[in-house]
Amino acid sequence: MSGINPLSELEAETRNTNVADATSVLAGLTTHPRRAKRRRSGGFNVSGRFWVAAALVGFVILMAFIGPLVYPFGAGEKVGGLYDNPSATHLLGTDNFGHDVISVLMTGARNSLYNGLVAGLVATAIGVAIGVLAGYVGGWLEELLMGITNVVLAVPAIVVLILISISLQNTSVGFLKGIMGLALVIGFTSWPWTARAVRAQASSVATREHIDIAKLSGARTPGILWRDVLPYLASYIVMAFVLQVAGAILAEASLSMLGLGPSDVVSLGVQLHWAIAFQAVGSGAWWAFLPPTIILTLVSFGLLLLQSSLDELFNPRLRRGKRKAMKAAAERRAAAAAQLQTQPAGLAAGAEEVLA
Amino acid sequence: MSTTTTSGAVTPGSPILQAKNVTKTFGGAGGKMTAVDDVSVDFHAGKVLAVVGESGSGKSTLARMLLRLLPVTSGQILYQGRDVTNIRGSELRRYWTDVQAVFQDPFASFNQFFTVGQMLRRSIRLAGRSQGESDDALIERCLGYVGLKPDEAMAKFPHQMSGGQRQRVMVARALMMSPKVLLADEATSMLDASLRVNVLNVLQDLRSELDLTVLFITHDIGQACYLADEVVVMEHGVIVEQGATDEVIFNPQNDYTKRLLSDVPDLKGSLKSR
Repeated sequence: MSGINPLSELEAETRNTNVADATSVLAGLTTHPRRAKRRRSGGFNVSGRFWVAAALVGFVILMAFIGPLVYPFGAGEKVGGLYDNPSATHLLGTDNFGHDVISVLMTGARNSLYNGLVAGLVATAIGVAIGVLAGYVGGWLEELLMGITNVVLAVPAIVVLILISISLQNTSVGFLKGIMGLALVIGFTSWPWTARAVRAQASSVATREHIDIAKLSGARTPGILWRDVLPYLASYIVMAFVLQVAGAILAEASLSMLGLGPSDVVSLGVQLHWAIAFQAVGSGAWWAFLPPTIILTLVSFGLLLLQSSLDELFNPRLRRGKRKAMKAAAERRAAAAAQLQTQPAGLAAGAEEVLA
Repeated sequence: MSTTTTSGAVTPGSPILQAKNVTKTFGGAGGKMTAVDDVSVDFHAGKVLAVVGESGSGKSTLARMLLRLLPVTSGQILYQGRDVTNIRGSELRRYWTDVQAVFQDPFASFNQFFTVGQMLRRSIRLAGRSQGESDDALIERCLGYVGLKPDEAMAKFPHQMSGGQRQRVMVARALMMSPKVLLADEATSMLDASLRVNVLNVLQDLRSELDLTVLFITHDIGQACYLADEVVVMEHGVIVEQGATDEVIFNPQNDYTKRLLSDVPDLKGSLKSR
């Protein structure tokens, strides 16, 4: 579950910034008139990092959703024997069942992404609801909700995941047996980090004057939460969601690899599970375990990179271009100061006189 | 309590809003801070009352308690003789149709995702309107009070307006409820000098036109002198002096008031000639 923990880092980071900074972070795209103008005049102000991340994630998404439509072999189709070597027709050979590895990889990636999306949505929805309520309303409700959150946080999630996913395998409800059941379980166990991070942000937004104005205008609490608090948190929630998706994909992979995943579905983790079970590593069948590992790495790295580039986009203080500009300005000032010092003393004295 | 009351010249009309022994304490176990300490103030209908004090004197805390945006630790708030200290829900919203506010920072007061129109329409439900007046007519009337035209202002986002315009929109919003009391909490302190006079004049006009009671909170004793009928001076959460403006400003009894007055920049005795 280590993939989810970057959220705690996110939380710590924002705790250090004061209210004004936090709000400028939250204000995101719409606040700055100058930035708004730039946006109108052409394109987002995004870094190269964003495009790398988008390319990585985009590649995996294309492969997972478009790939199976154009690839000639199906994931369940037996096209060869146990670990056939890569060949011209099967570029990555076959797996232990004699299925084409590329086909299995594409379907597995699709299921893994699907799992990440569902689990990310569930975790973000629960986390945001609890965090916003606790942060905005405060008082005993905040104590209660954060108490529950901390309890859930303290329970080792992997143990709960293992227990629930075993019992899910024996459930009579059909759709819970598949990847959907696992996604829900992951979603229901990974919301606490989001809840804590969102609470911190919501309680900072709750003290702002526009909330008082909304109250004085007769807005009720649900309306204030929806229209005055959530929009200010939107950029932050998007980032938390991206982290949750990455975390859920990794959580599914580790569970499935241990053999605790859904039984009759392929996913990247399930693929790794069978590779281990059928001695792919020992027999040198690298095409059975390397491709899913690489895709997993690409997608989780891509999502984390996407999160950090979004952070940079939403938070002007982190933008490296700006830092560079500030450094250049400091250098210019230093050069000007040095020039002033090397000027003849008489001139400097004259300047002082003028200033006085 | 070292309250020096120089009151008496003020006409004793019935108070519309009253604070009785109001106290606000912040913080829990770690260390307590008393922001407002046993303050009693009467606001008389149709008057402008200024609360003056330096930063941290508790004047904004007092205003937020009067607005019922902040719970009081002890004491009572009376509106038209009725206890409103603990009202909630629809009763509180009814209170807000009579008591409205304009805050210090005209940018922070806006939800930046709303246009002026969206923001003003939000207040429609609480709005106090005359017979048969449509929503648009109401908004037009209120924007008219502050010298703005609907077709210029309605579609604008806060960042597309100047500070003075924003603050005037906030005043228009407050006026939509047809309030009887308007609290202006440092409403002019983030505006430049000419806009400040502009907003002060708007307040002055409204008071005579709409028979508003204005509670004007400021750190600037000059503005208080310009606008107020009565002045309350606060220091460290305690009222140290109160009375008619002329008496307090031109014949201060309390040392703190004297010090505040001596800090007012004087055009004749400027730093240059010292």
